[in-house]
Amino acid sequence: MAAVKELKKTSYQVNENGYYGKFGGAYIPEMLYPNIEELRENYLQIMQDPSFQAAFHQLLKDYVGRPTPLYFANRLSEKFGAKIYLKREDLCHTGAHKVNNTIGQILLARQLNKKFIIAETGAGQHGVATATVCALMGMECKVFMGALDMERQKPNVERMRILGAEVIPAVSGNQTLKDATNEAMRYWINYPVDSHYIIGSVVGPHPYPDMVARFQSVVSAEIRQQLLEQTGTEQPDYVIACVGGGSNAAGAYYHFLDEPDVKLIAAEAAGHGITSGESAATTALGRIGILHGSKTLLMQTDDGQVVEPYSISAGLDYPGIGPLHAHLYDTGRATFYSITDDEAMDAGILLSRLEGIIPAIESAHALGALHYMDLKPEDVVVISLSGRGDKDLETYIKWGKY
Amino acid sequence: MSVTKLSNRIDQIFQEKKNNILSIYYTAGFPRRDDTVHIAEYLENAGVDLIEIGMPFSDPLADGPTIQHSGQKALQQGMTLKLLFEQLAHVRQTVNIPVILMGYMNPVLQFGVENFCRHCQQVGIDALILPDLPMQEYLKEYKDIFEAYGLYNIFMITPQTSEARIRLIDEHSHGFIYMVSSASITGAKSEIRPEQVAYFERVRKMQLKNPTLIGFGISNHDTFSTACTYANGALIGSAFIKVLEQSKDLEKDIQQYITAVRGR
Ligand SMILES: Cc1ncc(COP(=O)(O)O)c(C=O)c1O
Repeated sequence: MAAVKELKKTSYQVNENGYYGKFGGAYIPEMLYPNIEELRENYLQIMQDPSFQAAFHQLLKDYVGRPTPLYFANRLSEKFGAKIYLKREDLCHTGAHKVNNTIGQILLARQLNKKFIIAETGAGQHGVATATVCALMGMECKVFMGALDMERQKPNVERMRILGAEVIPAVSGNQTLKDATNEAMRYWINYPVDSHYIIGSVVGPHPYPDMVARFQSVVSAEIRQQLLEQTGTEQPDYVIACVGGGSNAAGAYYHFLDEPDVKLIAAEAAGHGITSGESAATTALGRIGILHGSKTLLMQTDDGQVVEPYSISAGLDYPGIGPLHAHLYDTGRATFYSITDDEAMDAGILLSRLEGIIPAIESAHALGALHYMDLKPEDVVVISLSGRGDKDLETYIKWGKY
Repeated sequence: MSVTKLSNRIDQIFQEKKNNILSIYYTAGFPRRDDTVHIAEYLENAGVDLIEIGMPFSDPLADGPTIQHSGQKALQQGMTLKLLFEQLAHVRQTVNIPVILMGYMNPVLQFGVENFCRHCQQVGIDALILPDLPMQEYLKEYKDIFEAYGLYNIFMITPQTSEARIRLIDEHSHGFIYMVSSASITGAKSEIRPEQVAYFERVRKMQLKNPTLIGFGISNHDTFSTACTYANGALIGSAFIKVLEQSKDLEKDIQQYITAVRGR
């Protein structure tokens, strides 16, 4: 009962039916109903248990390296005429924020007595983060990855294999992230009792979006405390994050959702531009629809077939966004900017040169949003630097303009 | 008038026949885009009791490779919901058995739920199977619209569905209940395992008010007759799609396959 009350605290939290406004829900076949129901009935209770919280935070501290720094980016601030802070998720073990969620979910899977883990991955970051925690816990791990993505992201495929995971090529559809997600869910249908599906973002059927957002919310909890220590106030004027499915953004926004003075900025991938036909800018191009168990904004044809998105950044290459973000967009709570490949790459190089930090190309989209904002010198801006650029070196090299 | 008449086609079948009901699934627009109606006619002539026509979707979560592939091919060949309704415009001139549309929610949402239902009624569809429409959503948002257009919503149960939930589903069902044979996605299998039989027995003992048809993994005479000893009949999808895939003469091969399944 206490849990339900807490859920109802605000309008930006999921309601008891799994909706954020008109987005969300659990549009799953009956075959998955028992699994989803088991999660829905248990996730809050397990997550709120003090011993679970203790184990989660211990691992975040000792294994992931949290809290990650909130770094005042001096030269970047000068360039844009505002006080810009970088939340350094790139310094997490495995190189991105994704591990916050996989640590949480594998602890939860153990509480539910699951025997093995399945996951989907696009670029491989979530796959690596899942393979990592499975190695840590000694659990069997199967990662579904589009056959095309396996070609494009070979180092991450090998990383997962070194960690002991089985990487299963998804050969259906277009052989990318959305197909890997379909395959993971199909596998889950076939092994409903013993497996837990660790989804990689705030997408999928309820309770996944809420569960993943809660695990990632450690990011904004830390931001508040670190801002207080560094500036004397907990609230920034802006929080900027890139949105693929939206997990790093959900984490960075979470504890600011109900503070309207904190403006939330989302950067989605415009690819070659929103009118180019090669884009992943879901709010610019999508309409309400249902994919992977969730009613949300979705890129699709007039006939309701899901469109294959494009972005230079594999982590933003998803045709939908999490239902929370669809709601933030719909209500105007968050402002969305579409950042092109070129703008993101330029921003990535800029950060490298100004601060000595090579960002993941996903995170570079968040930096790209700075150009569109009307900033004042006293504005405090926090940017979610969701990952490091190591995995993207080949893309930087191919792009070549540095 | 027409509403009640239409919605009774499924009930009529089950009134006339208590067992060995055979329902066949195939994907609209496959193997060739304009085969949709012919296949329905051949199936009726071959003595099939119900027809399910699949509406192709880019992301069919509950389907195995065979049905996935047929849907993808149909989409490549230009299949759309709009085209499906055009193809089916005169289907009731030649096909009398119940026709069910099966597919995923997103194309239906884009078509507009009420518009979709109206078109279904116009062409003579009797029921819908939408695997990713959960019961609670159906009851809250869709039931009234479906019923206004004389459409039954067919629910599924699986080996993991609790007894209480089966009762609830039975209460809200019309036509029949779709018993998914095992924890799985669609796909032809060559045998029925003992734990599946235990589940069929368990459901049979519940004495549901609705008839049951067993689907997923039914492929041939053996699996069909086993299913028929525990339920009012069975549904075949993937195995039939494989027949279509290889067929050079749809009418002849459909007749042959159905005869073989019936074991006559
Ligand atoms: C570094 C990084 N940032 C962002 C994302 C996008 O995911 P999300 O929107 O869930 O944060 C990814 C996904 O792989 C990523 O690797």
